[in-house]
Amino acid sequence: MKLEAKNVNFFYGDFHALKDINMKIESNTVTAFIGPSGCGKSTFLRLFNRMNDLIADTHLDGECMLGDTNIYDKSISVDELRKTVGMVFQKPNPFPKSIFENVAYGLRINGERSKSVIEDTVETSLRQAALWEEVKDKLKKSAYALSGGQQQRLCIARALAVNPSVILMDEPASALDPISTSKIEELIFELKNHYTVVIVTHNMQQAARVSDKTGFFMLGELIEYDDTKKIFLNPEKEQTQNYITGRFG
Amino acid sequence: MFRKKKNKFFEILIEWMLRLSGSATTIIILLISIFLFTEGWGLFKSSTVEKGYVLCINKENKIKNLTPEQIKEIFDGNITSWKEVGGDDIPIEPMRMDEVIGMFSEEEIGSDFEHLPERLSDVTAEHKGILGFFPEQFIDIKFKGKVLPAETISPKDYFGGKEWFPTATPAAQFGILPLLLGTLWVSLGAILLALPFGLAVAIYLAELANPTVRKILKPVIELLAGIPSVVYGFFGLIVIVPMIRNVFNLPVGETALAGSIVLAIMALPTIITVAEDSMRNTPLAMKESSLALGATHWQTIYHVIIPYASSGIMAAVVLGIGRAIGETMAVLMVTGNAAVIPHTFTEPVRTIPATIAAELGEASVGSVQYQALFMLGAILFILTLIISIWAEVIRKEPHAE
Repeated sequence: MKLEAKNVNFFYGDFHALKDINMKIESNTVTAFIGPSGCGKSTFLRLFNRMNDLIADTHLDGECMLGDTNIYDKSISVDELRKTVGMVFQKPNPFPKSIFENVAYGLRINGERSKSVIEDTVETSLRQAALWEEVKDKLKKSAYALSGGQQQRLCIARALAVNPSVILMDEPASALDPISTSKIEELIFELKNHYTVVIVTHNMQQAARVSDKTGFFMLGELIEYDDTKKIFLNPEKEQTQNYITGRFG
Repeated sequence: MFRKKKNKFFEILIEWMLRLSGSATTIIILLISIFLFTEGWGLFKSSTVEKGYVLCINKENKIKNLTPEQIKEIFDGNITSWKEVGGDDIPIEPMRMDEVIGMFSEEEIGSDFEHLPERLSDVTAEHKGILGFFPEQFIDIKFKGKVLPAETISPKDYFGGKEWFPTATPAAQFGILPLLLGTLWVSLGAILLALPFGLAVAIYLAELANPTVRKILKPVIELLAGIPSVVYGFFGLIVIVPMIRNVFNLPVGETALAGSIVLAIMALPTIITVAEDSMRNTPLAMKESSLALGATHWQTIYHVIIPYASSGIMAAVVLGIGRAIGETMAVLMVTGNAAVIPHTFTEPVRTIPATIAAELGEASVGSVQYQALFMLGAILFILTLIISIWAEVIRKEPHAE
């Protein structure tokens, strides 16, 4: 049992964004969240590394568990939590630094000084992100010299370098072309072996291709959560059926 | 369908009026800078010796010319032998017309000074070491001495001269080095003081202050930029100058340091505003990705926000320097205005703008001093121009390394 949400309610000011959500996510699986815009799927994803803490005037009821720990407990260090639960964002957002320094960033802020450790980790992370072969000769170049798809894989490598056990992805391929998208999808499939991956996507084919389980959200509610095959072939709820067949949404 | 409409005429009219006012403004600014240079340029065509006077030496003296600095040193009694300026080993006897008149009776000179040319001639011939400073009108063709050829003030004397003494006779000193160094000294001190504080406040406002505090503080700081400089100068004179005198145990508190402190206070709003704006321009995605990697807020500020805003911060510094270099009134009031090359921050200095403000009123139009001041204005103009261009270039630099 890797991630679990227990009776989660979330508020932006007075707006009730997530309504009484319960969900269990197994380790070493890929879980996809789908649903129309504004349904709360991104908000729900960001609960697991407490990114919503950055937004003023928000409020959470319920518990978010990572293993046996409630990550919203007062004794939890948010910085340490985020090292365990990494995140990849919608738009590739590398730092204005070199390719090497982008990946090394997480190590450096952790106080890692050994040059060889940093170099090894950067290489391993870039290999895991399937980027090493493309950038190994230009590690000193600015990350902005890379294409959008390469930048996104760099961001994944950057997240991997701090050795997380969970990776949250917020529409990681929505800003990319089809070829880059398929590379990212292959990558997600690979990552499953070592990490627990949770992905928010607008692209239902993508959810069907990469995920083991799928949760369908609408208007802040988790309508249906089951094996991906079941959701796409034989959903229990009519709303899910309507959404995945494109009748609304 | 596609016919032109009548009201197009007004659009064209307005367009032309805007174009006209735009070019008129540009031309006026251009003319002002040209005026500055043409007024100042005459300086290098002016004689080193006061207008209407000449310098005379004995016929046997081999000296060909003297620099303005040498002339002043001789008449001040600091150079006493011709050997020191490249001549024979004879003591120098500097002499003004009054002293020559004093040697003779009234009859010998004549009631209308009609015999004075003859006397000047005699005295010059008799004294081997003489350096006479006589009015040109009393030197006639029978003059038995040598008149030193009139030299013009060279750019080397102006830019490299160590003394600014525009009213000295026989040779005024127009060395701008003390003023230039005074300006740079005070500005540098100001920026060194203002930068840490400015940066600290900018970081606080951009990242740490809660929105209410920020909403109040930001306009207040921007308001500070609008306070007249004379008010800052007054504050400096009343508060900072006595403080420096007491702290450093100095005879006078009007020092470069006082100028730097006042300028630092004045440059702070600019630095804070520009630096804070550039920090707030750091994309949220950049901050989020740093935090999502487990960086603390401080690590994010230090490793992501400051590097991202670095060009904006540099621009803030350069704009602050620009403000400091051009500032006149406050500096004039607190720096003590001694035109000497500064060695420490606890000495009085004089800046270029302060010099112009203090002296232009008493310089007669067209005089050498007037031209020298205009040249100073031109130099100041070039300095601030360079700094503005520099700031503009830095600001537009791309963010990637």
